[in-house]
Amino acid sequence: MTDQVTEREVGRSRARKEDARLVTGQTNWTDNISVNGLLHLAILRSPMAHARIDRVDVAPARERPGVVAAFSGRDLAEGLGSLPCAWPVTEDIVLPDHPPIAVDEVRYAGDPVAVVVARDRYAAADALEAVEVDYTPLPPVLDLEAALAEDAPLVHADKGTNRCYVWPLATGEDYASVRQRADVVLKRRYVQQRLIPNAMEPRAVVVTPLAASGEYTVYSATQIPHILRIMLSMVTGVPEHKLRVIAPDVGGGFGSKLQVYGEEALALAVAQRLGRPVKWTESRSEGYLATHHGRGMIQDIEIAATDEGKLLGLKVDLLADMGAYLMLVTPGIPILGAFMYPAIYKMDAYDFTCTGVFTTRTPTDAYRGAGRPEATYAIERIMDELAVELGLDPIELRRRNWIRHEEFPYTAVAGLTYDSGNYEAATDKALALFGYDALRSEQQKRNEHGDVVRLGIGVSTYTEMCGLAPSRVLRDLRYGAGGWEAASIRMLPTGKVEVVTGTSPHGQGHVTCWSQIASDVLGVPFEDVEVLHGDTKAAPQGMDTYGSRSLVVGGTAVHHAAQKVVEKARKVAAHLLEASEHDLEFTHGVFSVKGSPEARKTIQEIAFETFSSHDLPDGMEPTINAEHLVDPENFSYPHGTHLCAVEVDTETGRTTIRSYVCVDDVGRVINPMIVEGQVHGGVAQGIAQALYEEAVYDDEGNLVSGTMADYLVPSAADLPEFVTGRTETPATSNPLGAKGVGEAGTIASTPAVVNAIVDALRPLGVTEVAMPCTPQRVWEAIEQARSGKDGSA
Amino acid sequence: MTRISVKVDGTTYEDEVEPRLLLVHYLRDRLGLTGTPVGCDTSNCGACTVDLDGESVKSCSVLAVQADGSEVTTVQGLARDGEWHPLQSAFHERHALQCGYCTPGMIMAARDLLRENPDPTADDVRQALEGNLCRCTGYQNIVRAVLAASGQEVTT
Amino acid sequence: MIPPAFEYARPASVEEAVRTLADAGEDAKVLAGGQSLLPLLRLRLAFPELVVDIGRIPELRGIREDEGTLIIGAMTSHHDVIRDPRVRRHAGLLAAATATVADPAVRHRGTLGGSLAHADPAGDLPAVILALDATLIAEGPAGRRAIPAREFFVDYLQTALHPDELLVEVEIPTVDGWGFHYEKFHRVAQAWAVVGVAALVRRDNGHIAEARIGLTNMGSTPLRAAATEEALVGAAAPGAVQRAAEVAADGTHPSSDPSASPAYRAHLAQVLTKRAVLTAGGMG
Repeated sequence: MTDQVTEREVGRSRARKEDARLVTGQTNWTDNISVNGLLHLAILRSPMAHARIDRVDVAPARERPGVVAAFSGRDLAEGLGSLPCAWPVTEDIVLPDHPPIAVDEVRYAGDPVAVVVARDRYAAADALEAVEVDYTPLPPVLDLEAALAEDAPLVHADKGTNRCYVWPLATGEDYASVRQRADVVLKRRYVQQRLIPNAMEPRAVVVTPLAASGEYTVYSATQIPHILRIMLSMVTGVPEHKLRVIAPDVGGGFGSKLQVYGEEALALAVAQRLGRPVKWTESRSEGYLATHHGRGMIQDIEIAATDEGKLLGLKVDLLADMGAYLMLVTPGIPILGAFMYPAIYKMDAYDFTCTGVFTTRTPTDAYRGAGRPEATYAIERIMDELAVELGLDPIELRRRNWIRHEEFPYTAVAGLTYDSGNYEAATDKALALFGYDALRSEQQKRNEHGDVVRLGIGVSTYTEMCGLAPSRVLRDLRYGAGGWEAASIRMLPTGKVEVVTGTSPHGQGHVTCWSQIASDVLGVPFEDVEVLHGDTKAAPQGMDTYGSRSLVVGGTAVHHAAQKVVEKARKVAAHLLEASEHDLEFTHGVFSVKGSPEARKTIQEIAFETFSSHDLPDGMEPTINAEHLVDPENFSYPHGTHLCAVEVDTETGRTTIRSYVCVDDVGRVINPMIVEGQVHGGVAQGIAQALYEEAVYDDEGNLVSGTMADYLVPSAADLPEFVTGRTETPATSNPLGAKGVGEAGTIASTPAVVNAIVDALRPLGVTEVAMPCTPQRVWEAIEQARSGKDGSA
Repeated sequence: MTRISVKVDGTTYEDEVEPRLLLVHYLRDRLGLTGTPVGCDTSNCGACTVDLDGESVKSCSVLAVQADGSEVTTVQGLARDGEWHPLQSAFHERHALQCGYCTPGMIMAARDLLRENPDPTADDVRQALEGNLCRCTGYQNIVRAVLAASGQEVTT
Repeated sequence: MIPPAFEYARPASVEEAVRTLADAGEDAKVLAGGQSLLPLLRLRLAFPELVVDIGRIPELRGIREDEGTLIIGAMTSHHDVIRDPRVRRHAGLLAAATATVADPAVRHRGTLGGSLAHADPAGDLPAVILALDATLIAEGPAGRRAIPAREFFVDYLQTALHPDELLVEVEIPTVDGWGFHYEKFHRVAQAWAVVGVAALVRRDNGHIAEARIGLTNMGSTPLRAAATEEALVGAAAPGAVQRAAEVAADGTHPSSDPSASPAYRAHLAQVLTKRAVLTAGGMG
């Protein structure tokens, strides 16, 4: 009846099940969805960063051809609650009201002010131009430090301050006294520019109502259908059990679709009022204003060490740009980073403070890595500066301070217990792949010759906390929900398998990987497994996909659920084979009686026997299906060593990456090809932060880099080949030994690139280049260093 | 309204369209050929790349009326008798897609390259795809897939 | 985003196109390859009443030679320009620079005439045409007239074309035997030039006998680096080229944007001019 599976699936580079539809164009993006009577929604947005709304008149828009309805903020305000912030990080956090559409005041360029509903997208776009709005400009709030001054103009006047929260963390010994005994104290300021996530699929939402029964189906390009369902219910008042949320094919997220957006609530509210299905799809340039941004921090970091290069303590003062409102996890993003500044290093004291600041810009929230890339950047940059100060090779300084492999599990100064790791192995492997010594000697030659094109080498030895998250820890951090994940496994009568997961993939390959996991545990062919996800009706329980959590938490749930199925099937098999459960062996999907191998039943046969239920053990429920929810016992801690060699043209300031080597330890690997792909993509995004990307605002708070022609997402022609390697130190906190890989590349790569640039230019007197390290900035840094030298000489 | 006749993936369609209708919206909203997605409004991302009379074009930057009398091939028209185009197979085998949103455009742009240069180097591939953005893959596996589809040995 | 509504005309001849433009007045826009116009329409930065599509006028397409002059139809695509052996032989600078425009798909649709008539100083081809001392042929109700490249680019996105005139041809005096190079500096592959330098160099006995330098994005129009051109005459060594390049930005007024300040652009103009001339002259 079935093929026997003998080769393990886990560890194989399986080509993905997801691909067939995607490479042939048989996709189901939200914008592809069309239903009878579908209306198109377009949103008029504030052209100003900050203004009072004096008047909105949508009546002229209603007269336009094809227009069915038009609403001002006030028209829709009734019945619409505030968009949620699920992570109020302190008890006294300032939580402003956040209406899905502005009523009295706009607080960033792009804040919605009116909604037009028309029969097609062209008519809707046209009608927006007929809406009349009068604004009285208010002062923009753009500078994080100035925003905290006593007399600063306020983003939310009713709150009396732009200070959203102050979140302190002091661990280990007292930092001030540790600092006293330091030989060297270095202080630096780093700026994390704002980034636009740029998932390739713009956001879209379709709502189809069943008006008679008050039921609604929301299709959304979201990473979080489960969370969205709960939150939309709260915002709109549609009861949770009347709301079904589907994340169809979702074209990337990178955190930007980990959100409960105003447009989702507005589409639902409009569908409710009109009793008609509606669609909203953002254009790219609209999304640059309306989809949350990432990063946006000023980091003051101070490190204290001995002459021998032993780290003593670290102090970090962070200013974090919240933007105009707190969205789903806006305040928590820098807090996710708070625990990562000490990174892989041993030290005695750690003192961290984050101040969240409101500005009149698009809200910030999660972007790939979310807090951890920022932390890793600051520590890895200052480690290089400390190495220079002490006259040590940057890798030697790291070696002197990192946790040695025999010291795991190790509780780091910030309080996290790293369960496993081997920084020595990853670094040694990376150095070998990179050819570190040869590059160093070439660099020296170029410096001696005074070459126009200098060579620089940058290193980043990172770790991160993944697998979000143990629910008890989330409670302590005041996060609004738990961190568990759910899976269930349905054995179909014909022996095929449905895995139902609460994770919600948007490119990661969960269908393939979960199939591999289930296939191994159940001993059924990979092809016999289907994975259901992203639909609250089909997969009712879940916490969705972000924070490199899906495999570590969701994959673990699949593993356990599959084991439960095997245990239930074992009872049936024992009954049918007239043997004791203890006398049964289970290998490659076959139950057999020890000593008499001809007495056997496959688990797929047992699925049918259970379906027929003609001959089950007494008292047994007629199912071998199983469900498992898992709450992670700890975070997981991927780590690795990334090495970057850059060539910097000192005449033009252009940086070219010459080679990039990374060795990542993401624990046990389910599918090496997928892991490698995740690393490639992550590294590319980290390089993009270092060299290309920035959401630039002018003095009035307008987004200057407002289209894809101005915001520079690198193409294949702008990025190098990456050399990837792995070490495999299993995580001990989950049975898969997996650690997560989605964010690793992005976290590690940015400082490796900037360290390399500064390393190339250090002989010219350059010690810092702000990100993105544009040719102009590099050239200016060289010019400044030159003039400074000339002045002192 | 302007009357147009366009052959798309082998089928000829006659339609009345507004002159401003973008070719990509004609494909998606009028013909229901949603395999070709829209990723930007400035012709930078290339997600909407299709073949127009034997050349790759960005269908967001062509009006449907400009395609009057022309032949369009989209990613949905590449397979022959159920057999995938070598690029479709190579993208699958080499894990050259993650979310897959850029994939139709990437494949159509790569197809154009291989027609002009059947034996490209990795650098040729990167240059040829300069107008197609991907946010997931870092491009490395896309380059490998295109080289593999050209019949070249790809070791890593 | 979605273009605003417009009327559409698709003339079959230049004569019909000119008549259509003359009837429409200021509110008409010519649609050539559409690679600049369509994004502008989609972002609703342009609101023409009438779009005149000149894509089906066969006489506007094609390349021919006429006694030391290369004549390129305005609607010849970038792709065709790049691959044409006559362009490569007689105006290699144009082929090389055109290959750096945007990306392959855009180069299939975009046209030489379209990018010149759009007159974006950040576009690559205006400076190249200026360096080539080309002549632009316009046709209007009164017939044809020749506009030297030096007079064609009037201001930012503004040319000497009248609203009822169509750019029909570009005449390029062949530059056989000249060294050439287009040095484009841009931040990502498909981005506009931060600065670009188009260099043509004729050498005689190891010395530069004549040089023509076109500058991209160094002002509201493409410019010639006149001071450098003059200083290059007689140069035989890289040092002399470098000195000549130091005045490349003289008299320019480059703009400021997130990629570059005016001072940085001026600096780039010097560096890129040096490099372009050294490469063009085979002196690098």
